[in-house]
Amino acid sequence: MAIVQMQKLSIAASKKNRKAILELLQSMGVMEIHTDSLTDPDLRKMDTQTARMKYDRRADSFDRVLALLDTYAPEKKSMLDSFKGPEEVGRSRLDQVIKERRSLNQDAATILKYEKQISDLKGVIQKNENQIEWLIPWQELDVPMTSEGTKETALLLGSLPGELAAPDVYAAAAEGLPEPACVTADVISTGNEATLVSVLTLKKDREKVEENLRRHGFARPQQIVRGVPREVIEDLKKENEHEQKHIEALEKKIAEFAPKREDYKVAGDYYRSRSAKYSLLGTIPQSENAFFLEGYVPADQAGAVKTLLGEKFGAVVETEEIAEDEQVPTLLKNNRFSASVEGVLESYGLPTRGHVDPTFVMSIFYVFFFGMMLSDAGYGILMFLACGFLLKKYPNMGSGMKKMMQMFFWCGISTAFWGFMFGGVFGDLADVIAKTWFGYPADGPAIIPALWFVPLNNPMRLLLWCMLFGVIHLFAGLLIKGYEYLKDGDVVGFVSDVLSWLMFLMGLILILLPTDLFEGIAQMEFNFPPFVGTLAKILTFAGLALILVMAERSTKNWVLRILLGAYDVYGVTSWLSDVLSYSRLLALGLATGVIASVVNMMAGMVAQGKGIIGVILFIVICLAGHTLNFAINVLGAYVHTNRLQFVEFFGKFYEAGGEPFQPFTTANKYVEIKEERN
Amino acid sequence: MSTGFAIALIGAALATALAGCGSAWGVGVAGQAAAGVVSEDPAQFAKVLILQLLPGTQGIYGLLVTFITLSKVGLLGGAPAVSMDTATGLAILAACLPIAIVGLVSGLHQGKTSAASIGIVAKRPDQFGKAMLFPAMVETYAILALLISILSVSNVPV
Repeated sequence: MAIVQMQKLSIAASKKNRKAILELLQSMGVMEIHTDSLTDPDLRKMDTQTARMKYDRRADSFDRVLALLDTYAPEKKSMLDSFKGPEEVGRSRLDQVIKERRSLNQDAATILKYEKQISDLKGVIQKNENQIEWLIPWQELDVPMTSEGTKETALLLGSLPGELAAPDVYAAAAEGLPEPACVTADVISTGNEATLVSVLTLKKDREKVEENLRRHGFARPQQIVRGVPREVIEDLKKENEHEQKHIEALEKKIAEFAPKREDYKVAGDYYRSRSAKYSLLGTIPQSENAFFLEGYVPADQAGAVKTLLGEKFGAVVETEEIAEDEQVPTLLKNNRFSASVEGVLESYGLPTRGHVDPTFVMSIFYVFFFGMMLSDAGYGILMFLACGFLLKKYPNMGSGMKKMMQMFFWCGISTAFWGFMFGGVFGDLADVIAKTWFGYPADGPAIIPALWFVPLNNPMRLLLWCMLFGVIHLFAGLLIKGYEYLKDGDVVGFVSDVLSWLMFLMGLILILLPTDLFEGIAQMEFNFPPFVGTLAKILTFAGLALILVMAERSTKNWVLRILLGAYDVYGVTSWLSDVLSYSRLLALGLATGVIASVVNMMAGMVAQGKGIIGVILFIVICLAGHTLNFAINVLGAYVHTNRLQFVEFFGKFYEAGGEPFQPFTTANKYVEIKEERN
Repeated sequence: MSTGFAIALIGAALATALAGCGSAWGVGVAGQAAAGVVSEDPAQFAKVLILQLLPGTQGIYGLLVTFITLSKVGLLGGAPAVSMDTATGLAILAACLPIAIVGLVSGLHQGKTSAASIGIVAKRPDQFGKAMLFPAMVETYAILALLISILSVSNVPV
C-alpha cells in the first residue's frame, strides 16, 4: 500500500563511457530519464536522427518480415496463445543474433525483395485480368483487331450506342449508298447499352460509310490489341497462370525462411532497443569530454545505480533534492493480492506524490463487491479455475493481462463464497435436475441451502446490508482523507472536513435507526438506551456546527463563510444518493440468480419426460443459457464494481493525476531477454 | 379468468417489452458506433464490444421483474391466481411500471452515451476505464427502478 519513494539522481560521466553507461541503464530499466532541466548553453546535444532512423528502418523491416512469415508460413496457434506473452530468450542467444546481424539483415532484404516481386507480379496479373475483361465482348471477332481489311475491302471495328441488331447497323452504314450497297454489317456483341460491330465495305466507300456510322455515334475501340481477341485472351490467361506459379514459388521461398523466425524476432527487438538508445542519446547534453543525465530512480535501487556507475565507470552520481511542486513519476508497490487491482486504479488515474495509494483498501472492497454482484458459486469456481489455469500455464503473459487474471482469480473466489452464502450454484440447477429426473418433490427444500439467506425471499433485508456495506466503504474513503490530513499535520483540516462529517453522519444514522419510519421499511426494531439518543443528537448538532463554521475556513467574510458552510451541509444529499447507489449490489446479484433459474427452468420444462433426448436438450440449453448469463453478469459486475470504486469511493478522497513511471529500458516487442548469470 | 389477473399479466409483459425495447434501441445505437471504430481499428474490438453491451442490461432487468411477477401470480408452476381481484391486478401492474418506463428511456440514453464513449476509445484507447463510467452513470436509474419494482412486486399481497 504505497507509492514507491523516488530519488532524483544526476549523473556526470566521461564521454568515452557513454555507450556502456546507457546500455547498462537500459538493461537495468530502473531509471526514468529527464534532461529538460539541463539547459546550460555550453552543453551541446548530438544529432542522432540518422542513426535512429536507420535502426527504426531495420526494426521495421523485421516486423514486416515476421508479418510475411505469418502469412506464408503460419505457425500453429491455439486460441489461448494470446496469453503467452513475450518469449524468454537468453542473453547468449541475443549475442549470437548480434554477431549474425549482417546475414539476418540480408535475409530480411531478400524476403522483402521477394515480396516486392510478388506484388509486382500481382500487379501484372491484375492488369491482364482487366484486359481480359475488356476483350471478352470482342471474343466473337475472328480476325485480328488490327486488321484494316483486304486489298479491295475496308474493315471498320467499333461500337455504336444502344443495343442494335445487324440489319439496323446495315441500314445505318449504308445510308445514301446505291442499292445494293457493298456493306456487310455484323454485330459482335451487345450489352451495357452499346453494340460492338464490325462493318466490311469497299475501300472506295469507306469514308462515306464511316461518316454514316459516326453520325450514329460510332466510336473506334479505345484500345487495339494485336491478334485475334480470342487468342489474345487465351495468351493472357496462360501468362497469368504462369505468373501465379511464379508467385507461389516466391511464396515458398519466403516460407523457407520460417525456421529463422526466432532470430528475426530477437533482431527486430535488438534494433528497436538500439533506436530507443539513440533517441535518448539525442537528448543528452554533452560537453567536450563529459555528458550529463538526470532522472528518477526508485529509492531502493538508487544505491545500486550509484555504486555500479561509480565503480565501473568512475561516473559522478549525486542525489538531488526534489522540489515541492515537482511532478515525480508514480510507481505502485503492493502485496500480491492488492497489486492485482492496480490496473483498475491505473485506468482511473495514478496517485501523485505525497498522497495515499488507495490500492490496498480498494482491493478488499473490489473483490468483496464483485463477488456479491455475481454471487453464484458455480460461476465463481469456474472463474477462479480458469484464471488459475491460465496463470499457471502462461507465466510470461504481459503484466497488465497477468494482473487482470489475478484480479478475476480473487474475484472468482469471492463470487463462489457469496454463491454459497446465497445458495446459488448455477442458479438452482441441482434442484431442477432432482425434480426433473429423480422425483424430488416440487416444494421440497433447496438441495444446496443458502448458508446465509436467499436474497429473492427477502430482498429488503439484503438491501439494508448492501447499504451498510456502502456506508462502511464510504467511511473508509473518508478516513483515508483524514489520514492524509493527519499525515500532513493538518489537524484543523482533519477535524473540520473529516471528523465533522463522521460525527454528523453517525449522529443522523443513530437518530434514524430507532424511528418508526425505519422500522416500517426494514421490519427491524432498534431499541437503544436513552443515552444513545442523546449522544446521537449531540453528535449530529456538533458535526453540523463544525461543518457550518469550518468547512469554508479559507473564506474571511463570516456571513459568506456560514452561507457557504450551509451549502456544504446540503452535500448530505450526495451521501444519501451514494449510499442508495449500493443497491446495485442487490439488483445485480438478483439478476444473476434469477436468470440462472429461468435457464434451468426452461431446460427442465423442455426435458421433462423425453428420456435421453431430454437429457441432451437439457445440457445444450443449460450450456448456452449459463454461458450467456455468465458473460453478461461478469461484464455487469466488473463495470459496476468499478463504478462503486471510481464514483462513490474515490469521490470521497481521491485525486488522480500521477504520471506512470516509465524507465528507460529495452524496447522489446517479441522477446524478453533473460540475464544468464554464471 | 378475472380482469385482475389479466391486468397483472399486462404489467409483467410491459416490464420485458418496454425495457427490452430500450435495450434494443441502446445496443443498436452503440453498435453502429462500435462497427465504425472496428472498421478503422480492429484491435479495439473487445473494448467497444463491452461498451456496446452496457445498455443491454435494462432488458435483463425487465426480464427479471417479469419472471418474479409471473411466479408471483403462479404462472410458473403452482396454481395460477386466475381469480385475482382487479385492485390486486392494478397493484401488480403499477409495481411493474418503474422498470418498464425507466428501462425504456434509460436504455436509449445509455446507448447514446455508450456511442459517445466508443468515440473516446477510438481516439484514446488508454482511457477505457473512464469511458466505461459514463454509460454506467445512466444505468444507476434503471437499477433504482429495478429495485423498486422488485420490492413492490414481491410485497404485494396476492
